[in-house]
Amino acid sequence: MFDSSALLRQRFAALRSTAELFSLRHVKQSHQALSVRRNVAEPPFFSQDEGAMLTVRVNGVEAYAATADLSQAGLQRALEQAEALARQIARHSLLDLREHAVTSARHDHVSPNFDQPVPSLADCLGLLAAESASVPKDSRLVDWQASLGLSLVEQTYLNSAGAELRHAQRFLFPGLGVTASDGQDSQSRSLGRDNFGQQGGFEIIERCGLVGAASRVAGEALQLLQAPNTPSGPRDLLLMPDQMMLQIHESIGHPLEMDRILGDERNYAGTSFVKASDFGHLQYGSSLLNVTFDPTIGEELASYSHDDDGTPASKAFLIRDGLLLRPLGGALSQFRSGLDGVANSRACGWNRAPIDRMANLNIEPGEQSLPQLIQGIEHGILMRTNRSWSIDDARNKFQFGCEWGQLIENGELKGIVKNPNYRGISAQFWRNLSAVGDHSTFQVLGTPNCGKGEPNQVVRVGHASPACVFRQIDVFGGDA
Amino acid sequence: MKHAFETLVGEVHAALQAGEQFTLGYSAEQSQFVRFNHAKVRQAGEVSQASAQLRLVRDGRQAEQQVTLSGDLQLDRQRLNVALEQLRQTLPLLALDPYLRLDENAWHSHSLQEHPLPALNEVLALLEREAGDLDLVGIYAAGPVCRGFASSFGAFGWHQANSFNVDWSLFHDNGQAVKANYAGQVWSADDFAARLRQAREQLGFLGRPAVTLKPGTYRAYLAPAAMDEVAGMLCWGGFSAQALATGNSALQRLYNGDARLSPLVSFTEQVSGSLSPAFSDEGAPRLDVPLIQQGEARQRLISARSAAEFELQANGADGYESPCALSLAPGNLASAQILERLGTGLYISNLWYLNYSDLPAARMTGLTRFATFWVEDGQIQGPVSTMRFDDSLYSLLGSQLEDLTQEREMILSTNTYGQRSTGSSHLPGALVKGLTLTL
Repeated sequence: MFDSSALLRQRFAALRSTAELFSLRHVKQSHQALSVRRNVAEPPFFSQDEGAMLTVRVNGVEAYAATADLSQAGLQRALEQAEALARQIARHSLLDLREHAVTSARHDHVSPNFDQPVPSLADCLGLLAAESASVPKDSRLVDWQASLGLSLVEQTYLNSAGAELRHAQRFLFPGLGVTASDGQDSQSRSLGRDNFGQQGGFEIIERCGLVGAASRVAGEALQLLQAPNTPSGPRDLLLMPDQMMLQIHESIGHPLEMDRILGDERNYAGTSFVKASDFGHLQYGSSLLNVTFDPTIGEELASYSHDDDGTPASKAFLIRDGLLLRPLGGALSQFRSGLDGVANSRACGWNRAPIDRMANLNIEPGEQSLPQLIQGIEHGILMRTNRSWSIDDARNKFQFGCEWGQLIENGELKGIVKNPNYRGISAQFWRNLSAVGDHSTFQVLGTPNCGKGEPNQVVRVGHASPACVFRQIDVFGGDA
Repeated sequence: MKHAFETLVGEVHAALQAGEQFTLGYSAEQSQFVRFNHAKVRQAGEVSQASAQLRLVRDGRQAEQQVTLSGDLQLDRQRLNVALEQLRQTLPLLALDPYLRLDENAWHSHSLQEHPLPALNEVLALLEREAGDLDLVGIYAAGPVCRGFASSFGAFGWHQANSFNVDWSLFHDNGQAVKANYAGQVWSADDFAARLRQAREQLGFLGRPAVTLKPGTYRAYLAPAAMDEVAGMLCWGGFSAQALATGNSALQRLYNGDARLSPLVSFTEQVSGSLSPAFSDEGAPRLDVPLIQQGEARQRLISARSAAEFELQANGADGYESPCALSLAPGNLASAQILERLGTGLYISNLWYLNYSDLPAARMTGLTRFATFWVEDGQIQGPVSTMRFDDSLYSLLGSQLEDLTQEREMILSTNTYGQRSTGSSHLPGALVKGLTLTL
């Protein structure tokens, strides 16, 4: 761990610059992707990536240069490129950062169980092959895949104010998916994949429930194939955590990103229906809604001690009792807006600059068990596992779809339905939150695929949530 | 960069042991990225990156490793040797791969384009002169992009091109916006300035009072940029041989012969003449592939792996079997007649955030974004607030398709996830009799 630190420190100390401030963010990451599809192992894929971003501030104007040439000359060249660029854009710069403070913190952060060895490649492939082989033989089961992604990331941030921040993190992404088809219709069920990932060691496989799941997941895909379509009309909606995470992500997370509110993302990811003046005033949801930025749940995907600009991370309520309190804005956005934010300035790697991102964005548990949530519904539907997502550029009008639906009548779970979709408007939807599940319904989930930014970046984000109930939501099915 | 790649290919060749085969992919770029907000520079940087993707094959087994290259030949040689050794140790752990197929042809392909790119100062000055008083937000991305491929069978491909992509929006005080783009390989300051002025003129229409529509079915014209979003959904596994064989394609019913699109619809993977490399990331020469002709399914995109698994003939597709240069044939509608032919309905410049609400039924949902107008009797009345549609492709490009435009737009991808994309699409606009709005 941190094998590069001594050399990086030495090379950083030897850099020469006339800038009032400069920093180096070195990222080294490796990835391993394994999968077995229809009982045949796909070719294993490995990657090794390493590089650094040099950022300078010249007369309050910042610019960066990113390079994979980590020699002394290579780093010096990148630093000079960044300096030249900062001078070139000075006359056109939007921001004057002369008064913007920078960190001088020194700290190491390491994922839970980082040093715990993971099983060998052969054992991992064996696990996936066994799961794949457990899919029952049925001609309607046309596709299935068991997969495991494993990423190691080490990052070192050094700046001329004396900061030294190091992260060493390991991420696992187990997954299983099965598709059933009758030639006309197809239905899929999945476990993990884009809806699950955590930091840590191989205990994550157990927490995901991958081992032994294939038969059940395949059975559910077959049940869906024979199920009727979801009926249309307003119903109470019980969302399980693996759909809640998408709901939180799209209709709370993105609209609260301060760079969207400041207009940076209007050309690509979009703007927000939330205004800077709403913080401290807007009743975002019902009084049951409590949303936190929480980097302290060790296994959650975006738990860290400092963000990529070096701001220390701590738990903060973004929404408490339904009232909107603070945005997802890192130090720069806080400087620009004058609002309190959180430590969420993040980059996807060495070749992209940090911007406001979601990190761990969670809903705090309530007091009702799952049976109690179901009993409280007279005419409703339970949905689980996201499969479709679409929301407008202000993050207001949404339509989401799930893999699995189950009707609820008079407080009891009834028949399974396929193609469960629902739509709503963020600004109203959370005010319909009528019940929040307790700790027994709470799950720590996350996705490796949150895209945003120009140039584009994909980052890992964590979402932990209980099951939740929303009153009278517009629900509908598919065509077939 | 080509020389560096050739040197690395030679190094891997020399390190190969008896019975081993390899393929080596290469990807590199030097990029200037400048973001704008309120017509000022919000964030600026330069990125220099290169990577190699080494696949080792032996005794019917294969594994792959991607390594970032530093530009220091000695260090990069060492990294590739470490990768080679790791792959060598991996192969004996694997079972025989029944879908392994290698292209043993020693094909050669070479494309080099070195048109000069503008100096950043020139771009900044132009933007300041033409749009300095406007609320402009967007990005300028430019620089050389390289792709390479080589194999132990003697195949060698090289693609190098300078390119630029300026992608921006102009916002009106009322929050409405118009989107514009100027991208290509041959920079013209005059063309860029003209495009900036055209966007400024369009901004004028957005100042009219906004029109709020109720859910329902409306006549609509989808401009090429909006059609690009619809086509993008089809690229998401629609034409993939694997997806079609395993129930995961939205065009399953079309390819089964159970449904058809309008006879006006002919889609082709048109690699020749596009900005994409002439070879796939798997190292096969790309082919022009007719996908849909006059509303009926023709060929699918088939990678070497799918060819083996489903007993098909590979046709140069990437591993993901997604088009890189999708082309939709033009129709009969003259651009000058669009508003007149639309009559009363929606003029939709852009769509946003599409996804499937029912994939096997090719039913998709998404939203209007940027410069969508309500038109009455061929006259623009005003901008329309964001609306959601939810409709089947078999309706939009099937029973409800009235015509496609004679003129098409070449749309260069603005995608910069990981690296700058070389993908493009060539599309007309579409006039539809009924588009279903739901929210």
